[in-house]
Amino acid sequence: MSVLEKVPVREQEPQERAANFEEVCYGYNKDEAMIEASRCINCKNARCVKGCPVSIDIPGFIAKVKEGNMEEAFHIISKSSALPAICGRVCPQETQCEGVCIRGVKGEAVSIGKLERFVADWARENNIAPQPATEKKGKKVAVIGAGPAGLTCAGDLAKLGYDVTIFEALHEAGGVLLYGIPEFRLPKDEVVKAEIENVKKLGVKIECNVIIGRSVTIDELMEEEGFEAVFIGSGAGLPKFMGIPGENAKGVFSANEFLTRNNLMKAFREDYDTPIHKGQKVAVVGGGNVAMDAARTALRLGAETHIVYRRSEAELPARAEEVHHAKEEGIIFDTLTNPTEILTDDNGDVIGMNCVRMELGEPDASGRRRPVEIPDSQFTMDVDTVIMALGTSPNPLISSTTEGLDINKWKCIVADETTGATSKPGVFAGGDAVTGAATVILAMGAGKAAAKGIDEYLSNK
Amino acid sequence: MYEILASRVLTTNIYEMVVKAPRIAARCLPGQFLIVRMDERGERIPLTICDYDRTAGTVNIVFQIVGASTKRMAELQTGDAFQDIVGPLGRPSELTEMDAEELKAKKILFVAGGVGTAPVYPQVKWLKEQGVAADVIVGAKTKDLLILEPEMEAVAGNLYITTDDGSYGRSGMVTKTIEDLVSEGKQYDVCIAIGPMIMMKFVCLLTKKLELPTIVSMNPIMVDGTGMCGACRLNVGGQVKFACVDGPEFDGHQVDFDQAMKRQSIYRTEEGRAKLALEEGETHHGGCGNCN
Repeated sequence: MSVLEKVPVREQEPQERAANFEEVCYGYNKDEAMIEASRCINCKNARCVKGCPVSIDIPGFIAKVKEGNMEEAFHIISKSSALPAICGRVCPQETQCEGVCIRGVKGEAVSIGKLERFVADWARENNIAPQPATEKKGKKVAVIGAGPAGLTCAGDLAKLGYDVTIFEALHEAGGVLLYGIPEFRLPKDEVVKAEIENVKKLGVKIECNVIIGRSVTIDELMEEEGFEAVFIGSGAGLPKFMGIPGENAKGVFSANEFLTRNNLMKAFREDYDTPIHKGQKVAVVGGGNVAMDAARTALRLGAETHIVYRRSEAELPARAEEVHHAKEEGIIFDTLTNPTEILTDDNGDVIGMNCVRMELGEPDASGRRRPVEIPDSQFTMDVDTVIMALGTSPNPLISSTTEGLDINKWKCIVADETTGATSKPGVFAGGDAVTGAATVILAMGAGKAAAKGIDEYLSNK
Repeated sequence: MYEILASRVLTTNIYEMVVKAPRIAARCLPGQFLIVRMDERGERIPLTICDYDRTAGTVNIVFQIVGASTKRMAELQTGDAFQDIVGPLGRPSELTEMDAEELKAKKILFVAGGVGTAPVYPQVKWLKEQGVAADVIVGAKTKDLLILEPEMEAVAGNLYITTDDGSYGRSGMVTKTIEDLVSEGKQYDVCIAIGPMIMMKFVCLLTKKLELPTIVSMNPIMVDGTGMCGACRLNVGGQVKFACVDGPEFDGHQVDFDQAMKRQSIYRTEEGRAKLALEEGETHHGGCGNCN
């Protein structure tokens, strides 16, 4: 095998995995990891570290993998990341650390993500956990939302010795890692719960079933419950719909509902009460990672599944790996196609979807070529289920119940990029609640920055 | 865990439970709801808060057996616990935002149907505490299915009970009692109707004719209850609204009930099959023509 190429990673066969929820990618074993690690040339001024939103010492941990010292490799990663088994699986490494890897100039980048995953999985299997702080600060910090931003912020603050409580609205911690990303990309019990346990081992308390803005407000947390600072990592919010006729029909779902039923509420398992609409022919409208997740879930539940996207394949916002996996599994891509109406029968069930064909025109504000409707190109897709994966708009629950918290014209919370500070003293924010829907690792980066910001704020108080 | 401190059967398939939930009891208001999940395998079920005790830190919930999860919930006893309860969710009733004088000047009519009697009760009770006596119509199919009569009697101004079959109180649907009261010369400024969607639809059709502003409380299918899933979306006045964050109370004359009723039946086949599986074991796998 050429040193210019990555050690290939073993995966479940497409035909087989299209019918189950087991993890697609098996990851490296120790031998494979050590061979792959030896491809790293240990750059002095490592570009990969700058490409990582949480600045993991990548050459440092890879050097330890090369030596076979996995425990030390894990502790190096843990200094920067509380959720490495998760990031190793869901980060878009190709546009971050691996995207700038010097190996990638002539050949393939070092498989940093798969190495990170191997180290984190090895640590879990060998019961190696991150170390809690020895000195306590005696100051309470509240973190809102147990998703990637909140868990990262809480973990970093706990390592600094703060007394941290996370308030989670759902009945289980994890946020999008639990309700959004499916089991076959990110195993829940084995990986997500284990990493959350690690955060708890740092001393972080998690109180579920608390909706900030309804169960209790931020002002009450600070004035009555003794929290000296608050981090808001409440996530993305309300699902968007297209506003086309028929969208409230019985067989039309938001990707959030469909994925939450399947992932958080485990509808795919017979021993759970949760119902789910499986469908025979499913159209998922949208081209992002959430659309891929919804489509691959519908496929596994037994449906013929189409991705319907108004631009061309080159513009798909989803990770290349997700698109590749989806195609291998048999998802049909109907690109340059835009729905105009969902057709229903007298019972309100979906019996089809009218669409028009599109072509690409001039670039729009996003820099992507604007899709333009081709005249007289209307046709009807034969589908019984439509899943809308069009993104989200911010949830007003926290901003409307917190005095003095500024939001921008998109209704996202305004926060300083380097410190996470909001317009309200002592209140910090990061992740999708600030940026709108983005990625797990960007939310983690924001949580990390805010932990630093909170530490500085409380140290100077 | 959220302990059940008391539990009773109100009538066939309808249960009331008093549950320890201090955070919710501390700040809930009439009109709001909560979500319960009985155990790891259970669904998240939205239920209106039917009473609360701020000092004891308890809330009362009333539910009817409709699917697998509620059937299993009905078997819980005093001393058992729910794995999860979250709330209060939704916006409180508009009445709670009015000032006392404004409220006292209003003539209010509540119309409760079936299990909808339970969410009406805290609103009427709250009004009584503000010194406002509201009239209440309670409708039930038969005498046996009537719930919370003595409780309602204690807080209502006038209580009018009607049964579809005439087995108790007046005879006929709640709409007939509304018409009777109005023709007797009663005048109301606002009507609040809570019950099955079909009842709310017909109450609204009538009160529109009577030019009586009417508020309804919608209880559609939902998952998270915080605005995340969009399952509870409704068409209100031509706009899409989420019952969990924009409601659950809406102007009844603007709600598209026909669409809401269709959406209510999305999972009927799946739910029915799960309930039958509990009752009869693994016998229903489709093919009978009734369950796909």
